Amino acid sequence: MPRCSGGACHFSMLAFVIQRLFQSALVMLIVALIAFVMFTFIGDPVDQMVGLETTLEEREQLREQLGLKDPVPIQFINYIGRAIQGDFGISYQFKRPVATMIGERLPATLELSMVSALFALIAGIPMGVYTALKRDSFISKIFLTVSLVGISLPTFLIGILLIFVFAVQLQWLPSFGRGQTVDLGWWTTGLLTSSGIKALIMPAITLGLFQMTLIMRLVRSEMLEVLRTDYIKFARARGLRDRAIHFGHALKNTLVPVITITGLQLGAIIAFAIITETVFSWPGMGLLFLQAVQDVDIPIMSAYLLMIAFLFVVINLIVDLLYVFVDPRIRITGGET
Amino acid sequence: MSIRKSLIGAVILGGLMTTSALAENTFKYAFQGSLKSLDPYSLNETFTLGTLGNVYEGLTRRGPDLKILPALAESWSIEEPTRWRFNLRKGVKFHNGNDFTADDVIFSAERIKSEGSDLKSRFPDGTKFEKVDDHTVDVILTAPNPILHFEWSTWYIIDKEWAEANDSVKVTSASDQNASTISLQANGTGPFKIASHDAGVSTVFEANTDWWDNANKKHNLDKVEFSTIASDATRVAALLSGEMDMVYPIPVQDINRVDANPTTTALTGPELRTIFLGMDQRRDELLYSNIKGKNPFKDIKVRKAFYHAIDIEAIKSKVMRNLSTPSAIMLSPFMFENAEQFSRLEYNPEGAKALLAEAGYPDGFEVGMDCPNDRYVNDEAICQAIVSMLAKVGVKVNLNAQPKAQYFAKVLASGGFDTSFYLLGWTPGSFDSWNVLTNLHGCRDDEGNGGLFNLGGYCNEKVDELSAKILSENDPAKRLDMITEAYKITTGEVGYIPLHQQGLAWGVSTSIDLAQRADNELMMYYVNKK
Repeated sequence: MPRCSGGACHFSMLAFVIQRLFQSALVMLIVALIAFVMFTFIGDPVDQMVGLETTLEEREQLREQLGLKDPVPIQFINYIGRAIQGDFGISYQFKRPVATMIGERLPATLELSMVSALFALIAGIPMGVYTALKRDSFISKIFLTVSLVGISLPTFLIGILLIFVFAVQLQWLPSFGRGQTVDLGWWTTGLLTSSGIKALIMPAITLGLFQMTLIMRLVRSEMLEVLRTDYIKFARARGLRDRAIHFGHALKNTLVPVITITGLQLGAIIAFAIITETVFSWPGMGLLFLQAVQDVDIPIMSAYLLMIAFLFVVINLIVDLLYVFVDPRIRITGGET
Repeated sequence: MSIRKSLIGAVILGGLMTTSALAENTFKYAFQGSLKSLDPYSLNETFTLGTLGNVYEGLTRRGPDLKILPALAESWSIEEPTRWRFNLRKGVKFHNGNDFTADDVIFSAERIKSEGSDLKSRFPDGTKFEKVDDHTVDVILTAPNPILHFEWSTWYIIDKEWAEANDSVKVTSASDQNASTISLQANGTGPFKIASHDAGVSTVFEANTDWWDNANKKHNLDKVEFSTIASDATRVAALLSGEMDMVYPIPVQDINRVDANPTTTALTGPELRTIFLGMDQRRDELLYSNIKGKNPFKDIKVRKAFYHAIDIEAIKSKVMRNLSTPSAIMLSPFMFENAEQFSRLEYNPEGAKALLAEAGYPDGFEVGMDCPNDRYVNDEAICQAIVSMLAKVGVKVNLNAQPKAQYFAKVLASGGFDTSFYLLGWTPGSFDSWNVLTNLHGCRDDEGNGGLFNLGGYCNEKVDELSAKILSENDPAKRLDMITEAYKITTGEVGYIPLHQQGLAWGVSTSIDLAQRADNELMMYYVNKK
């Protein structure tokens, strides 16, 4: 904090945050607009809401009531007007408020995402370190091959393979669902029951495998880079032990980019949980969204897309702010970047 | 490895056996779709109504062979051609303890006709319900109607008192701002109560120990757990791993796998739905074709040629893996006694070519085809097979296969019947021919008034006249003759090209005994756990 002092610094920070918030709002508005334009191409929600024998007049009446006959810009403005007040409408299919439904599904998705991210970190970092230190060992080669699989196989295939091995053949883990959950009033958790934890293992691995691979490869290349630098050579020359060099000096310096990537990937994990949730019938928001796409349940789709946009915007905002704190060079020109 | 595996298996099995010996009988099943609103008048759809049929009951119900049986009505009679009398069962209680009376029937009749109901077709407009006494109701019709009660097994009776006390008189509709109690809870008279309902995820049912028909009950369950598993592979895995006692549907390609597994079997049977091809016979020029200025499908020779070009046995064995029943008529033979009088036009590509040449298309022509890819069993694969079969007789078909949401938006009335050639499936909700004749064969205008699902616009005044008479003919023999006559006309003109009744495929654990109904509804009160 040496360059700017007191009030001036706060002022430029505030201006920076306000500017970013404004940009964030704009991004969300654009996402909502694109979503609304897309909705006109995905089918007729009314056909999905009624049985086959419903007459044309009744279908028209329903269309009228839902405001689907208004021009798209009017629908959009109406929607945004209500969304700002926190009203995301009623699901066409479930006939329940969308905000409540997403609220009910949120804990499942967040728990899955957090555990996946943790798995990616806990498995990825040691594997990265190991493959960097023992580049030519047999185990390193296995790790690298496995990581190649993690990157190249599509998520749903990994999920189905895991189900086949661990649910059908070995019958160790459940193939679907969240197991028994405990309702804490404002949150439902599967982490407190053994069936809940068992149910979490395969989805978390499936969802986190790609991130694990990414982190492992990142740590590996950063480690290799750092191990070649002068200060590591000096450390060795001073006779420090390998352990202290590797973990005290080298690993510490590789973690900065790892933290950044993990933070940014968290949004991706939550957003891309859609596929994992579908394969494992995990009752989270992604599953809700995918069902909504099939049923043309526009209120759920728009609320979900807005929420994901919001999530990315918030994560990016936090990352931006962290950069400002971490790297003084950004802070100086904060207002103008 | 194998020893270890079997040891583990034994431990798990042992664990399961001890728990099931102690615990109550729980039946777990999964379906690809989800149970959404619990309001029984919100959606006229097989799965929703079928599942709710375990909780609610109608005046009638249908047996394992789909025969109409008495339920909340003990008996009924046609007093006059337009007056039916229903004698209600006495001593029936709703789950909350309220008595079932004539008032509930009258209330339900009003509610099902009210705004937002999707089941208004359960009886004709203008029908009056009159309470004679607490357990007798008269139904007064504006015209005779022999099939009045055909769809009443899925018209569920709702408790008037409970609905009024719980703000559930209005049918739950998507335009409401608040979800009403009845879309989240259920209070029926049926053999099961809903213990918890997590819409779109799972629903838990408990056996109703006070059910009026408990003396004759066939099930031995205490609890039923329903889950939605949308992914085919996961659903089958859940059955194979023993987590589920029953899952449906299972994809046709997995039937052998389910059968090969020692603890599971695949129950297959014909379903009621008929899959068919339709052709635009209304427009003067096809929307999607290289023939300009005229519509080849208006020529019966072309329609016959298309029919002759289709090798239905190949579709059955290659695409459907034998899980289909080729059909010569537009409804399941279950629902039409004279079905055996009809036969398909034989597979004859040479004849088809000759017919096309006679019609003036010796080199064939091009036509666009619309097809759903997630609605019926192997729908897209059937369309692809048809494309190649028609290619052999010189017709080039440009296939447009889409998810059902987009497909229906395009081809139905709301999309302006935007198709030239399409694949569709139809099950008459009433299990009766009148439905098929009006919806699929009735003349319509460009907006769809008339035969709403007659997407190709087939029209024959004689058929319309017959179906009007069929609706009000009370004499079964005369009625059957007229239906047969109507089908003779429609099949003679090749108004449609029927393909097959697709098959049902349920995956069932060998510890379960149940009845598979051809309408694909799972009735838990026929389920026995060994």
